Amino acid sequence: MQLIFEKSRAGRRAINFDALDVPEAKLAPELCRANAAALPEVGELDVVRHFTHLSQRNVGIDDTFYPLGSCTMKYNPKIAEVVAAMPGMAKLHPHQSSSAAYAGTVQGAYALIHELEAMLAEIAGMKAASIQPIAGAHGELTGALLMAAYHRDKGNTHKDTVIVPDSAHGTNPASAVMAGFKVVEVPSDSDGTLHVDKFQAVMNDRVAGVMLTCPNTHGLFESNVARIAELAHEVDALLYYDGANLNAIVGQCRPGDLGFDVMHYNLHKTFATPHGMGGPGCGPVGVGERLLPYLPGPRVVHHDGIYSLETPEKSIGRIAAFFGNFLIAVRAYAYMRFYGDEGLRDVSRVAVLNANYIHARLKHAFKPAFGKPFMHECVFTAQPQAEKGVRAMDFAKALLDRGYHAPTVYFPLTVKECLMIEPTETESKETLDAFCDTMLELARLAEECPEILQQAPITTPVGRLDEVKAAKDLNCACL
Amino acid sequence: MGSWIPTTESERKEMLAVIGAASIDELFSSIPEPYRMRGWEIPAGLSEMSVRNLMAGLAGRNTADAISFLGGGYYDHYIPAGVDALSGRSEFYTAYTPYQPETSQGTLQSIYEYQSLICRLTNMEFANASLYDGGTALFEAATMAVRIAKRNRVVIHPSVNPTYVQMLKTHAANLEFDFVTGDDPSGAACVLVQNPAFDGTVRDFTALGDRCHAAKALLVVSFYPVSLGMIKSPGEMGADIAVGEGQCLGMNLGFGGPYLGIMATRAEHVRKMPGRIAGQTEDHDGRRGFVLTLQAREQHIRRTKAMSNICSNQALCALRAAIYLCLLGKEGLRDLAVACHSKAEYLKAKLDFAQILNEGPTFNEFAVRLPMDAHLVTSKLLDRGFLAGLPLHDVGAGETNDLLIAVTEQRTRAELDAFAGALKDAACN
Repeated sequence: MQLIFEKSRAGRRAINFDALDVPEAKLAPELCRANAAALPEVGELDVVRHFTHLSQRNVGIDDTFYPLGSCTMKYNPKIAEVVAAMPGMAKLHPHQSSSAAYAGTVQGAYALIHELEAMLAEIAGMKAASIQPIAGAHGELTGALLMAAYHRDKGNTHKDTVIVPDSAHGTNPASAVMAGFKVVEVPSDSDGTLHVDKFQAVMNDRVAGVMLTCPNTHGLFESNVARIAELAHEVDALLYYDGANLNAIVGQCRPGDLGFDVMHYNLHKTFATPHGMGGPGCGPVGVGERLLPYLPGPRVVHHDGIYSLETPEKSIGRIAAFFGNFLIAVRAYAYMRFYGDEGLRDVSRVAVLNANYIHARLKHAFKPAFGKPFMHECVFTAQPQAEKGVRAMDFAKALLDRGYHAPTVYFPLTVKECLMIEPTETESKETLDAFCDTMLELARLAEECPEILQQAPITTPVGRLDEVKAAKDLNCACL
Repeated sequence: MGSWIPTTESERKEMLAVIGAASIDELFSSIPEPYRMRGWEIPAGLSEMSVRNLMAGLAGRNTADAISFLGGGYYDHYIPAGVDALSGRSEFYTAYTPYQPETSQGTLQSIYEYQSLICRLTNMEFANASLYDGGTALFEAATMAVRIAKRNRVVIHPSVNPTYVQMLKTHAANLEFDFVTGDDPSGAACVLVQNPAFDGTVRDFTALGDRCHAAKALLVVSFYPVSLGMIKSPGEMGADIAVGEGQCLGMNLGFGGPYLGIMATRAEHVRKMPGRIAGQTEDHDGRRGFVLTLQAREQHIRRTKAMSNICSNQALCALRAAIYLCLLGKEGLRDLAVACHSKAEYLKAKLDFAQILNEGPTFNEFAVRLPMDAHLVTSKLLDRGFLAGLPLHDVGAGETNDLLIAVTEQRTRAELDAFAGALKDAACN
């Protein structure tokens, strides 16, 4: 497909502004650019067709089943888009929060933030939450900074290490390093969970924090988590909950009750805000009693019916310029109010039901990576098929040909030839059945005609792309 | 109670039978019993209609229809209809990270085009697929410069947005960065500048760039994309890293986000740049296609040694920026910049009762010292339907009488005249 630049014709344009109704002003030439930026010169219909055609070369949840494990690709309700586009939300200037003179103009936004943060805290058993962090990884960094602030405040200068399981998302160790910590990895057991003895082997007084995902990235609940929390707390280390898989346990158990001190939420996963091709997300942090004084500021507070801003005395400061991705938080808030008490509990129940149903239907054709019961996603290994020449990636590409998005095959790094399937609660039984039928058919084809999988995809706009060439002949812009 | 869960009771039973479980509860048996939840304080669910009414009620308690002169890094620009119409297509909206490039060419090509547009706008050679926002992009630029120069001193020029400075210090609290205010590059990893400055002043940082390079430091320029329709670009000034807040390129003000962190650099530094990057390649039939490239810099592969912990981008916002820049085009962006600048100059000339605080020429924003407290003035102006600007003392960037006033293409001459009159009434009486 052509680039938009290849459709440019000198002198063509789309948007016009009103004729200037004031005298034209000029800056001194030495302050001005030599030539106008070489943006494309195209008409509005050129732009509309171009991006419409590009969209048709994409696949989203609204098109098809998207069982991308770990990413929680559930349906994004349309009402959330409507409420986020309300002018009273979408057109608020962030500096309306910068001056007390304007506090009266944003009372609705403050009320929403205050209620959302309280609901997030309640859902996870935390004391408070802040919606400032802009995405999940940013929430992790904020959580790690909170842990550092706590230890600095207590004079725990020797605490310089954070423990992360080998099954963790890569962001955990990367975030810990950005917060100034050293990282020690603890291996998972062969059953896919953390065992207390392996954990004890790396636990010592230098440990500032432990970052866990629960259910972990193998889709398994860390049954020893409460004991691990005790061990961490014995040396005044803090327990961090990576909320990537919170959607599996909402309403069933709470990180705070399990002993976690600090966490982040992924609103796009748990509360169904659109993933937008990779962002924007929203990654609030939640804290228990110990970290309450250090939360990012300013925070919305409520006195006598009036909302205003205050910064906690020992706050780590601003992690975002304002209230993070506010319009994403608006969507999540609408989602939470829609489902409410009973609905939110049902979300996790059906998410887990669906994953276990897929597991039950596929477990004789694909080898489950672990023998323990799965929660919201099930992880298989295509190692037996790979030994005969059909790799997990080949199954992924064959699924594209059959109109599905692929499961996660790049992650977790602890499972070879991984097929990580997360159906979510919004898919119907007939969708799950059709997908399972397709997977079983592919398992048969892998035995009988492996080349069909190895040559896939053949129905997509492009075939498998040469990634080595992309990195070698680096072309990242049309200049 | 509402629900987007399609599974009926009888289907649940059928599925449990296939699983071999007696109940859904049984599927949660790996959660130790003492930790199973008993109750929580979450309100009952609502119908879609009630949610809509509830949200309309909250939105109605906000003021979003005032005639706005608020800027300070975020601007009330017109968003062409095509931006919402195209970026709202659910093939974009409801997709995720392009892990499967064969069915993600829409995402990948649009990122590639976004990167190209940013390079053309800034006169830089490589742009990433975007970061969170302008403030975090400046932090990432500082860490990138520290990594390249292998020095810890980060010099912050007084032109930089004071909120960005706070964010820098929060993010770098446990990194051994030595933050210094000023413009002396000796011994530093980089000098961070902003153009136009937070107070709107336009400068040429070319000479500072030369001094930086002589001292083996990097020049990092934080820019306002719309201003590049007119003013000298970071690349023309010799910037090594250009970063900016992309809100003005088709993002709603949205009370702070989602926005767009722009980052671009020179070819020699591309492998030290954080964030996703899309690159062009081809498939086995020689068809042009796009993939994420240079991934060995990133957290999912490098973990503790990654260039950043960032694992996503603001892809939908980058798409909006790309559509916006295509709709404006070469002539449109210049017209937009001229309109913003000309209207601001027109207003500035009318405010003869106030002292202009800028050291030099300004683009579309300027700081004034009023004859009385800026809070009092802004409160009075609010009653007359104006958001009069940002009281600078509230963001730690001025005295109590100082006000930062921004003008965009959306303000008409009649509004400027009315505002100038109202401001004079409020400030001088």
